[in-house]
Amino acid sequence: MIELRNITKRFGEVLANDGVNIKVTPGTIHAIVGENGAGKSTAMRIAYGFYTADSGEILVNDRKCEIRTPHDAIAQGIGMVHQHFMLIEPITVAENIVLGAEPGSAFSLDLKQAAIEIRKLSDEFKLAVDPNATIDTLSVGQQQRVELLKALYRRAQLLILDEPTAVLTPQEVEEFFTILRGMREQGKTIVIITHKLSEVLAISDNVTVMRDGRVVGDLKTKETNAAELARLMVGREVLLRVEKPEAKTGAVVLGVQNLSIAGRDKSARVDKMSFEVRAGEIVGVAGVEGNGQTELIEALAGLIPGSHVSGSIAFEGKDITRLDARKRKELGIAHVPEDRHRRGLLLDFSLAENTILGVHYRKPAVTGVGSIMLDQAGIQSRAAQVIRDFDVRPPNPELPVRSLSGGNQQKLIIGREFGLPPKLLLVSQPTRGVDIGAIEFIHRKIVAMRDAGCAVLLVSAELEEVTALSDRLLVIHNGKIVGEVDPKVVTNEEIGLMMTGGHA
Amino acid sequence: MGRTRRNYKHAAPNGALKRMKLLRELLFPLIAVICAFIVGGIVVLLIGDSPFETYRLLIGSAFSWPDGIGYTLFYATPLIFTGLAVAVAFRCGLLNIGAEGQLYIAAFATAWVGIKLGGVIIKNPVTGQIVNSPIAHLPGVILLPLCCLVAVGVGAIWGAIPGLLKAKFGSHEVINTIMLNFIAVALVSYFTQYHYKIPGDAILQSAPISSGAHIARLGKIIPGLPQRIPLNLAFVFAIIACILVYIFLWKTKWGYEIRATGQNPSAAEYGGISIRKQIILAMAISGGLAGMVGINEVLGYRYRYYDGFSDNYGFTGIAVALLGRNHPAGVFVAALLFAVLQRGGVPVDAFTQHVSKDIVQILQALVILFVAAEAMFRGPLKKFGFMRSAKV
Repeated sequence: MIELRNITKRFGEVLANDGVNIKVTPGTIHAIVGENGAGKSTAMRIAYGFYTADSGEILVNDRKCEIRTPHDAIAQGIGMVHQHFMLIEPITVAENIVLGAEPGSAFSLDLKQAAIEIRKLSDEFKLAVDPNATIDTLSVGQQQRVELLKALYRRAQLLILDEPTAVLTPQEVEEFFTILRGMREQGKTIVIITHKLSEVLAISDNVTVMRDGRVVGDLKTKETNAAELARLMVGREVLLRVEKPEAKTGAVVLGVQNLSIAGRDKSARVDKMSFEVRAGEIVGVAGVEGNGQTELIEALAGLIPGSHVSGSIAFEGKDITRLDARKRKELGIAHVPEDRHRRGLLLDFSLAENTILGVHYRKPAVTGVGSIMLDQAGIQSRAAQVIRDFDVRPPNPELPVRSLSGGNQQKLIIGREFGLPPKLLLVSQPTRGVDIGAIEFIHRKIVAMRDAGCAVLLVSAELEEVTALSDRLLVIHNGKIVGEVDPKVVTNEEIGLMMTGGHA
Repeated sequence: MGRTRRNYKHAAPNGALKRMKLLRELLFPLIAVICAFIVGGIVVLLIGDSPFETYRLLIGSAFSWPDGIGYTLFYATPLIFTGLAVAVAFRCGLLNIGAEGQLYIAAFATAWVGIKLGGVIIKNPVTGQIVNSPIAHLPGVILLPLCCLVAVGVGAIWGAIPGLLKAKFGSHEVINTIMLNFIAVALVSYFTQYHYKIPGDAILQSAPISSGAHIARLGKIIPGLPQRIPLNLAFVFAIIACILVYIFLWKTKWGYEIRATGQNPSAAEYGGISIRKQIILAMAISGGLAGMVGINEVLGYRYRYYDGFSDNYGFTGIAVALLGRNHPAGVFVAALLFAVLQRGGVPVDAFTQHVSKDIVQILQALVILFVAAEAMFRGPLKKFGFMRSAKV
């Protein structure tokens, strides 16, 4: 269907694609995997005409063709769904889909005909999307299917999907894969860009592995496994399993009693939760996203206004319910936030400046009378320490954090928070959007903190992550704890049932 | 980790990195100014004069000694203060449109102290009747610093009000600063007219302040600079303010907190920084800086409050901050540029056939347009490798 031959693309000093060859067989699902920055998105953007390759050629149906703009790509039957949706919220599905390819004459817009056609496509591929609904009423999963329809409406035979599952819940992922398999049966070809190995194995027929801008593996999915793919992606053996000794638990560090948190609309986001976390153990929280995890962690970190919180939070036996974020941090509560761009980083600040966020007002970040002046030497030495201990790359403290990859940004946050040093660690989605190599590293560091006697509360949307890391696992649904399970014996199915409100 | 090799975008050593960053920071304002002058030149040509001759008059007059330089620096002084004011607020993510009101109210308060605490008796010149008697007669050593402090303090309070409203109620600072401008202007006009004017004075201005509150004109210190040129110590204060603002923003923990709040309030909050405090603090500092215009105007130039004295300094300050990229050094240079244009307007008016001094306003507007249209230049510059490459 499509073939990239010897594609090379340079951005300034960076060789993003270096002689890339990818051949996608018609009627298959082809996965392209690689770490962030491996060049997989670049290659596919070249195929879609977003970028033009410096050299190399593109063949569509064995014929060489020039794809200079997305318009050319669409004409060749190539469609792309981006990680971040390009939809206009207040208008309808049908209006969004026809945008840029409006049916009818120059002076009239035939939306009715379009809606009929969209409904037909939706039925054919079992997408269950109502063309007359407005986008803002749709769930994320449904919005993604609108994006698929956009490509299908333009008669795409080949669909390129950039990290399509990043925004979906585990349930939605399963539904989404069923849709993709259905499309393959209807003769469509699908390219899926991802860095999640379990998904590659679950959905694809063939897989291309990229590293540092080059193709390092071209495999049939049936003939490979996660360990081999991980090794190719990272370039060395990767431990996919978390190895940890038995937990040696100590005193109760965090005690939560009847904690309720009201959302903006005054509805209870967290509803009378009670639990405790002891020194030296990792307590995991499993649940479908949006069931109160965000609010729970933010309330424990002191980031939710007191008027929205009721119940009590105790740290080492002392009530901290009314303390602000700074006071809690001073007590030894570190927080790795779920959204590193929104909460965790000052993107245009330097790496060094980011390593002092939250401790910027005390030693070693400040010096002199009244601790007013920032201490450049102190900041630099702290930055150097975080960079060294947490392997932040590139190791240049002056770089703006924006220029770091997601994995390195995350390592920076973790380095900053773990270096407090904390007695209680609130960790939310520690490996979201992070490379496999960095995931392994972060997991090891979390276990090391536990072994050093730190109490850890871990929230993750990755079921495998919470079950692998936790010593005890709380399952939540609708802001309530619906059960506590032993992660060593519980199955994913059991947790899944509890997460959705059923009973184990 | 550790064995994967990657091609990093920023392989350059730190020194080179900083230089590149500086170059980028300077590049866009420079391009904007050049483009403004080109388009302005076309306008001059269309009106029917020679652009070269016009620009020679415009710029040349600003560099003559002593009048050109003296007046240019004098004109630059209030713009440095208001430019800094807007820049500090902007670093905290706030748009202070209220520098105009802040400087009016501060200038009036300065004059008020200079009159009421300076022992000035306001009398009706015809009847000899005392209209307004002073509260105290302070000596210059106390009066002068007090006047300066009041200029800063009253500006800070007037600036802090919209900050407080935003922090407490979330009401937008743009709306509130605009409204406070009207209130300030009306308030000071009222007090000048009905309480602090010498009866019978045709001009809406206060009685003169006590001579103890005058600050020195630089002509006293710099040989060759006549004292009739109103360039005064306030200009030195402006330079010091630039340095202090720089140190405050980049070298103190408070500056860090303000900048963090401006860059990402959610992350600042996460870092234990009270956003509300930062908003109030930034607006107060901003207002205080704007208020320092009163020192230049009242204590160094007219020695009285003169109603409507501000030539839109507060609003031009927004342009100055924009062109100066919200950095004290940039603000200083941008204020000088705008002052050069302002000074050059007079000879352009006098010595060209058709072009009036309004060309100055056209140029200022064009500079702002081109600064705002930064994205327009990004594309072509990227082609020539000036810009950082796109993300991989």
